[in-house]
Amino acid sequence: MVDREAVAELVRNIKKQALEERDMLINALHQIQNHFGNYIPVEAAKVVAEELEVPESKVYEVLTFYTMFSTKPRGKYIIRVCVNLPCHVTGGRQIVETLKKTLGIDFDQTTKDGLFTLERTSCLGLCGVAPVIMVNDEYYGDLTPKKVKEIIENLRARGDAR
Amino acid sequence: MPLTTSTILICAGGACISSGETSVKEALQREIKKYGLDEVVRIVETGCMGACSLGPIMVIYPEGVFYQKLTPQAAVKIVQEHLLKGRIVQEHLYKMPTGEVIPEAMDKLPFFAKQVKIATRNVGYIDPGNIEEYIARDGYFALTKALREMTPDQVVEEIKRSGLRGRGGAGFPTGLKWELTRKAKGDRKYVVCNADEGDPGAFMDRSVLEGDPHTVLEAMAIAGYAIGAQQGYIYVRAEYPLAIERLETAIAQAKEYGFLGQNILDSDFSFDIEIRIGAGAFVCGEETALIASIEGKRGQPRVKPPYPAQSGVWGCPTVINNVETFACVPPIIIKGAEWFRSIGTPNSPGTKVFALAGKITNTGLVEVPMGITLRELLYEIGGGSSTGKKIKAVQTGGPSGGCIPAEYFETPVDYESLQKLGAIMGSGGMIVMDEDDCMVDVAKFFLEFTVDESCGKCTPCREGTRQMLKILDKITSGEGTEEDLEELERLGNIIKDTSLCGLGQTAPNPVLSTLRYYRHEYEAHVKEKRCPALRCKALVRYVIDSSKCVGCTACARVCPVNAISGELRKVHSIDNDVCIRCGSCIEVCRFGAISKVSP
Ligand SMILES: Cc1cc2nc3c(=O)[nH]c(=O)nc-3n(C[C@H](O)[C@H](O)[C@H](O)COP(=O)(O)O)c2cc1C
Ligand code: SF4
Ligand code: SF4
Ligand code: FES
Ligand code: FES
Repeated sequence: MVDREAVAELVRNIKKQALEERDMLINALHQIQNHFGNYIPVEAAKVVAEELEVPESKVYEVLTFYTMFSTKPRGKYIIRVCVNLPCHVTGGRQIVETLKKTLGIDFDQTTKDGLFTLERTSCLGLCGVAPVIMVNDEYYGDLTPKKVKEIIENLRARGDAR
Repeated sequence: MPLTTSTILICAGGACISSGETSVKEALQREIKKYGLDEVVRIVETGCMGACSLGPIMVIYPEGVFYQKLTPQAAVKIVQEHLLKGRIVQEHLYKMPTGEVIPEAMDKLPFFAKQVKIATRNVGYIDPGNIEEYIARDGYFALTKALREMTPDQVVEEIKRSGLRGRGGAGFPTGLKWELTRKAKGDRKYVVCNADEGDPGAFMDRSVLEGDPHTVLEAMAIAGYAIGAQQGYIYVRAEYPLAIERLETAIAQAKEYGFLGQNILDSDFSFDIEIRIGAGAFVCGEETALIASIEGKRGQPRVKPPYPAQSGVWGCPTVINNVETFACVPPIIIKGAEWFRSIGTPNSPGTKVFALAGKITNTGLVEVPMGITLRELLYEIGGGSSTGKKIKAVQTGGPSGGCIPAEYFETPVDYESLQKLGAIMGSGGMIVMDEDDCMVDVAKFFLEFTVDESCGKCTPCREGTRQMLKILDKITSGEGTEEDLEELERLGNIIKDTSLCGLGQTAPNPVLSTLRYYRHEYEAHVKEKRCPALRCKALVRYVIDSSKCVGCTACARVCPVNAISGELRKVHSIDNDVCIRCGSCIEVCRFGAISKVSP
């Protein structure tokens, strides 16, 4: 169940901080996504529309345009793998294959245990240590298939502990 | 015990963090404390020092000793040996390919010595979290000078005379942009910093934001003064959490010190900056899309004119500049336009930061005078190929740019020369490719990117690029025809001419430029069904050399689809109808008996 009051409170807080009233939508969505872990429940989006007094359709329009927002719950760890050329020419293809195989999922899917979601991203600005992945807010570079497997094992161990 | 005071600069740029900077720093801190050195040794975490492939790295001053590829164990040893006993730890010094070790690598290595730093002058030298360190290196001096000694018109004039051109891709003269916005009618005006850096292979903006955030704030305030704005926005990608964090800290500090806020430095100029966070859409880097996104809408470009200078954020006149462009502003105000013009070329004054990526030895960031040749940049500074194979081409300008073959490496790097070659400066990403890279595959790769990132607003970009991708798919799977090559050119030119925004207008460039220089590769794919670089899976076969195979069975055991047959100690063979070209067998064969061939 979505705690409508908590969401409304978040939005009101943002309203207080911002200088401009009109541009808060994306900001609000980021914060709500963080609040729910890593997705925006449809109901929360409705509250945002009410609080900001914009049509619901506008909220969905924005929500669906930006790839960082999701309306589906995602895994505890979101693994974003860089699929741009500098990572590609330095072995990124194998990294993608290893991730898919080790996790047993394709892009934009979540593992059954709810731990991992695999997503694509464009350049993370770490091409100096390509190929690169980002797990939630952490970066891992200079990857090899072996390193990728280790990272996932470590995360699994961490994830299960809780 | 030699009680000299030391300062350790440890790189806390994104790449070094990813290679373990945090644990190295913690080990340093622990050990320094253990020996009671915390009073005399200072650790400073800086932004990217540029040599990302060597990370984690640090420099110990006053000696200027450069340590690379650090580990927590190395940190312990460096404290015990270097700091306590004054002995340099050899194993972590930089080694030249000749084997020579260079302790003062920062001053002596060609990688560093050939650089001229303007935009990144502080990155890697100061603690980005400490405004005092920025001030100590002339920080906010340019703002003070502008407010106290210059009129807004004089500021605009100085930037105009400097010849500074936008570093975000298009190279538009910055002074002119400021002048247009200054003259545009409107009570409210805005300054926007474009920090949406999305070009694959470019990470200079990230490095400035993370390593020297105050320079961006200072320059934005100067721009605000020049055009008459009171409000600025920095639009940062959500993928750059560290940059966002450092910017937030910097804004708070600048307010505290009175460099932002009401009546800055007791003048009647007031200016504030807010951060806006993107949400993963490449097209938002385009200025009109970015403005739409700041306004909380879908980030789709609109037709220009009107340009942002007339109608930007909330329909008000707006200056929008790239991070690196802004980073050049304070030094120009302090040292003057003539000084800036004395560096670089007449049409492209100053320096440019390049991000070296791909198959090059020294990946990382370098800032060099405009007009340097590609050869100097890629070989003398970049150290040449990292794979031992010949460099085949360099791709500049990301998905809007093109490939430049090695034959043209004497070309000077400036806006016009690159354009003549069918490439562009773009934001400064340089992706190096060697003989193992297939140019058709590269072109296809970029097109996949554009198809993904097209915002869908206009048909040529949305449908045309899809059409081109389909053809490239056909060619790489061995079903292409010669007519397809002509169709690619035809489509490419239409998309260029009829798309609404820069994304569509430049999307065909990677295809057109590779068709221009590597037509023979395309032809090999369509006429002989051959991929010369052995990249395109459908066009390669795996074979076992019977004279080298000893029958160890390693390949047969690793093959996921049982495509390899043969008995122990007898020559093996691969059934290419079954083989999925995963490459595992090549990796495990210790006798080098397996290779790829095409066709
Ligand atoms: C598809 C597309 C993406 C762009 N991405 C960026 C970007 O990430 N960063 C940037 O500074 N400029 C980007 N630009 C260029 C901006 O539209 C604009 O020209 C620039 O921010 C102006 O600043 P400058 O004059 O300082 O370069 C992009 C343009 C297009 C068409
Ligand atoms: S050219 Fe492409 S990205 Fe630009 S507006 Fe048209 S569809 Fe959108
Ligand atoms: S490339 Fe992969 S599928 Fe083909 S033979 Fe070798 S191991 Fe088997
Ligand atoms: S291309 Fe992967 S981090 Fe830049
Ligand atoms: S991040 Fe440390 S050198 Fe680039």
